[in-house]
Amino acid sequence: MKCTRCRAAAEVQLRAHNSAFCRPCYLIFFRRQVERAIAAERMFTKDERLLVAVSGGKDSLALWDVLVDLGYDTTGLYLGLGIGAYSSRSHEKAAQFAAARGLPLRVVELAEEGPGLAVPTVAGLTRRPPCSACGTMKRHYFDTVALDGGFDVLLTGHNLDDEAARLMGNVLRWQRDHLARQRPVLQPTHPKFVRKVKPLFLCSEYETAVYAFMRGIDYIVEECPNAAGASQLVYKEVLNRLEVASPGTKHAFVKEFLRTGQPAFAVADERDAARECAGCGMPSWGELCAFCGMMRAVQTRAAARAAAPSTTDSAAPA
Amino acid sequence: MRVHLHPQRRTVDIEGRRRVGQLLSELGVLPGTAMVIRGDVLLTDAEMVEDAEEIEVRAVISGGSGA
Repeated sequence: MKCTRCRAAAEVQLRAHNSAFCRPCYLIFFRRQVERAIAAERMFTKDERLLVAVSGGKDSLALWDVLVDLGYDTTGLYLGLGIGAYSSRSHEKAAQFAAARGLPLRVVELAEEGPGLAVPTVAGLTRRPPCSACGTMKRHYFDTVALDGGFDVLLTGHNLDDEAARLMGNVLRWQRDHLARQRPVLQPTHPKFVRKVKPLFLCSEYETAVYAFMRGIDYIVEECPNAAGASQLVYKEVLNRLEVASPGTKHAFVKEFLRTGQPAFAVADERDAARECAGCGMPSWGELCAFCGMMRAVQTRAAARAAAPSTTDSAAPA
Repeated sequence: MRVHLHPQRRTVDIEGRRRVGQLLSELGVLPGTAMVIRGDVLLTDAEMVEDAEEIEVRAVISGGSGA
């Protein structure tokens, strides 16, 4: 198989693009895809301060690598989610990436932010799926760190597969409010919010993994232990089966939604978070923001659990 | 050939040479959901893997709440 650009031996084949590339040409292709997305969606400029949320995984580290290469002013943000050895290893990967390139990395360990703030504890006490609790906590700390640090833009490494799976989930349940906010650039709806962007939204998971591999990025390969059984993985599998039958399906699904469907949902849901949370002061639609509401539930249930007689006491032999 | 599967951390031995595409199909891996790595090089589906070789099949799909 020959490289579509230079006719050298190809190392990667992309059926969705009807192309194949050797390593040097693939790196050019990938960077151009990201550059094009940034320009087409007017995501940010070189004068702005970018906060890049990094998990130690392939997507966020590949994104950070491309941005540095393109000359943007970036700072990494790593959130320690308290998911045992997985979190330790992912922290290590993010820290090594930053140190090797001399890049600034901010680290927030949730367990140090308050008692019981680790994802498994919060999920257990609130009986929410871990990914849901994790998402709420991430959004809160992304927002507060971006605000406190005076950043202009928050970037995440969500890729085409993430966006297609999310779109499928939103469509299957016709979650109109979620569909209204599913776009690669979210403008701030409150002075305490910053712009949120997803520069990899048209790059497939395979493409970001190939880029990370070719660039020698040492990322965490293992899956988050909490992701097992997550509905997003089911949607991804369905979409990948469709992609095999018809290459380019995921790209068309997301791109055409953004072009034709999303604007209609957005018009119906243009609302601002006018209030500020009574707990943390961040923008909120209710008295408490989603994060503080969840934290209140954690504290209430932890207190109830501590007050209840222990199982060992009540199970004493007759 | 010896195939190391990641992130499952599983190794399987398979008899005989195969094209990458056929190997992935036998392993139940959908095209575009894993990188096939020999040494420090990626292999396309058309590439042949010889019986005596060792390769890594590294899944690229991740789930959860996203980065």
